[in-house]
Amino acid sequence: MSLLEPTPQEQAGATDRAMTRRSFLRSTAAFAGLSALAASLSPLRELGEFSSAEEFMQKYYKEMTPDDMAKVLKRIEGQVERQYGIRPHVRDLKPMDGVEFVYCLNLTRCIGCRKCVHACVAENNQSRNPEIQYIRVLKLPHGSMDMEKADHNYAPESVPEKGFFYMPVQCQQCHNPPCVKVCPVNATWQEKDGITVIDYDWCIGCRYCEAACPYFARRFNFTKPEIPAERLNPSMAYLGNRPRKQGVMEKCHFCIQRTRAGKYPACLEVCPVGARKFGNILDPESEVSYILREKRVFIQLKEEMGTNPRFFYYFDK
Amino acid sequence: MSTAARNYLTFLWRCSRIAFVGDWRYYSWMGVLSAIVLLGLNAYCKQFVHGLIVTGMSDEVSWGVYIANFTFLVGVAAAAVMMVIPVYIYDNEELHDLVIFGELLAVAAILMCLAFVTVDLGRPDRFWHLIPGLGQMNFPKSMLSWDVIVLNGYLLLNVHICGYLLYCRYNDRKPGKWFYIPFVFTAIIWAVSIHTVTAFLYVGLGGRPFWNASIVGPRFLASAFTAGPAIIILALQIIRSVTHYRITDKALLTLRSIVQVSMIINVFLLVCEVFKEFYSGTLHGASAKYLFFGLEGHHALVPWIWTAITFNLIAMVILSLPLSRSLKYLNIACVLSIVGIWIEKGMGLVIPGFIPTPLGAVVDYVPSLNETLVCLGIWAFGLLCYTVFLRMSVPILQGRLSKANEHLPEPDAEDDTDLPATAPAPH
Ligand code: SF4
Ligand code: SF4
Repeated sequence: MSLLEPTPQEQAGATDRAMTRRSFLRSTAAFAGLSALAASLSPLRELGEFSSAEEFMQKYYKEMTPDDMAKVLKRIEGQVERQYGIRPHVRDLKPMDGVEFVYCLNLTRCIGCRKCVHACVAENNQSRNPEIQYIRVLKLPHGSMDMEKADHNYAPESVPEKGFFYMPVQCQQCHNPPCVKVCPVNATWQEKDGITVIDYDWCIGCRYCEAACPYFARRFNFTKPEIPAERLNPSMAYLGNRPRKQGVMEKCHFCIQRTRAGKYPACLEVCPVGARKFGNILDPESEVSYILREKRVFIQLKEEMGTNPRFFYYFDK
Repeated sequence: MSTAARNYLTFLWRCSRIAFVGDWRYYSWMGVLSAIVLLGLNAYCKQFVHGLIVTGMSDEVSWGVYIANFTFLVGVAAAAVMMVIPVYIYDNEELHDLVIFGELLAVAAILMCLAFVTVDLGRPDRFWHLIPGLGQMNFPKSMLSWDVIVLNGYLLLNVHICGYLLYCRYNDRKPGKWFYIPFVFTAIIWAVSIHTVTAFLYVGLGGRPFWNASIVGPRFLASAFTAGPAIIILALQIIRSVTHYRITDKALLTLRSIVQVSMIINVFLLVCEVFKEFYSGTLHGASAKYLFFGLEGHHALVPWIWTAITFNLIAMVILSLPLSRSLKYLNIACVLSIVGIWIEKGMGLVIPGFIPTPLGAVVDYVPSLNETLVCLGIWAFGLLCYTVFLRMSVPILQGRLSKANEHLPEPDAEDDTDLPATAPAPH
């Protein structure tokens, strides 16, 4: 046997070495793969308090018993207190019998001061950073209702400006709300008193309703809302102004926490020229009933859409 | 019964084992894809923590490239059916064995669709609210709930058909007609439904005149039947060159005629749409004006849409000429139509629907880097799935992975070459 020829033992050793080399390579690859996976998941460390088990398992609003609801309200109060250092009062206010709310807005009077916009933010605990606003005031040239001519970002020294009028737009509380129809999980619905509400704990954040709304009324929490603690309004409602979470939809709800307790919406109270009127359309004595009965012209935005808003624009002269 | 179960488990085990075995080309391709998937996963984790603010979306343009890619891929998923129809209705033998490759592509595309919808959710942790019985599904009112049903149904149908046919081949058994033919025909109808329902998702929104047009549905079908088979033409050629699986040119040319006709219909429908939007000059044309020419100094989509139109037109010309019987030109036409339709049906359909907003504001949308990484990650994930599916199914179809050779040593890295399956790999 030549010295150069490998002995069978040596051959076996070489195969062994090849095997160990291969399994070594395999485990190195597996290790590298796992560490790369861990590295790519690392942003999750900043997650913080995302969702508690209770919150995750929470039932659908309409399926909760009064007991369930009491527990949920307690939990929310605790969460708010932990986050802002203020104990809020969160209620689940129900619609009242024989009440259907309607809003009327006098376009002759509105001066475009945007006081309603900011009063709404303060009342309804919207995020200040990024700032979420439910009301958008459009500046339109005299004589036109074509919204493509609207200026959304007007900022003159003083309002009103000559040759223009102003039209605040917020959720129109449609009789046939397209937003409700499209929501895949019924997280948004119309209540008996005409208010379309959102269960912020049920919404999955698909934003289909935002695409469906013809009035640009819906706002999405693209990130964790930020509210300075000293600005928090502690009087809250479950379907109203309790603080929202990241990734859910919100919008104007006619200040449910006020109006279902017999008060006016915040935007109405702050309006310096009395352009805003709010009330119960089922009560013939109410101011809104009077306006809709007596005014010769009033407008529902995009009437041709068939949404039949509960929000009416009218003129004095 | 227990032997059947054991046999099935062995089948699954051997399939998953083979997914980790290949030559160096396979390893590098899978390595690159996995790296991109991880990059995308990393980007998604950032989005999960900080919210959708890391994307380019806003209250004005509330859907972006995620939904655009989703829309495009729903079309690709239905491509499978374009191979199934000639085979089962016209008994086209050339395509017979290739149907499986099409259906596997459909499975990969649907997986990508589901991933794109999931990353678009603000609260993915609450996805269970969608599950009927557990949560609240707004069926039949919400088109989105329809979409969830048809997409998952389509996924199951195709997984069943592919899985069953492959398992039969593995066992060298003739597939029982009743176990798959009814499903094949259901899948054909179902494929049309996944398109139509996805189109209706947009068409149903009265407040968005750009989408609220009956032509959107037919255009969806036409563009999908162009892009889908075009992708399959390219995929089949890659399979052919990498695995030596026998795929005839005739099969590719059968698919060519599908792409050809669909592209002509697609361009015709585009002309119809453009005419309606511009000739009448109504205010509702603002979105189309934004898309094609820009509005109030905002032009974000203009270069995209003209690229798409140019690509589609060139592709249509090449496809209609006898020139495209040569694979080189056919491939160029396919690439052009895929890119053209991806732009036109993704970005070109979804974004302008939001602009101007219902209150007349014009706000541009540009996808952010993070958003783009997530998209790339999902595409890489889809390719990874498709590669793995092929890695499992090609040896089964070639008879190299079968019950008969269960007890022989597993073929290792080199089994993608022409060597007989049992030849030991040279060291
Ligand atoms: S205005 Fe928009 S958000 Fe409000 S009820 Fe109508 S569709 Fe829904
Ligand atoms: S964003 Fe929320 S409320 Fe709106 S449709 Fe989606 S789940 Fe429903």
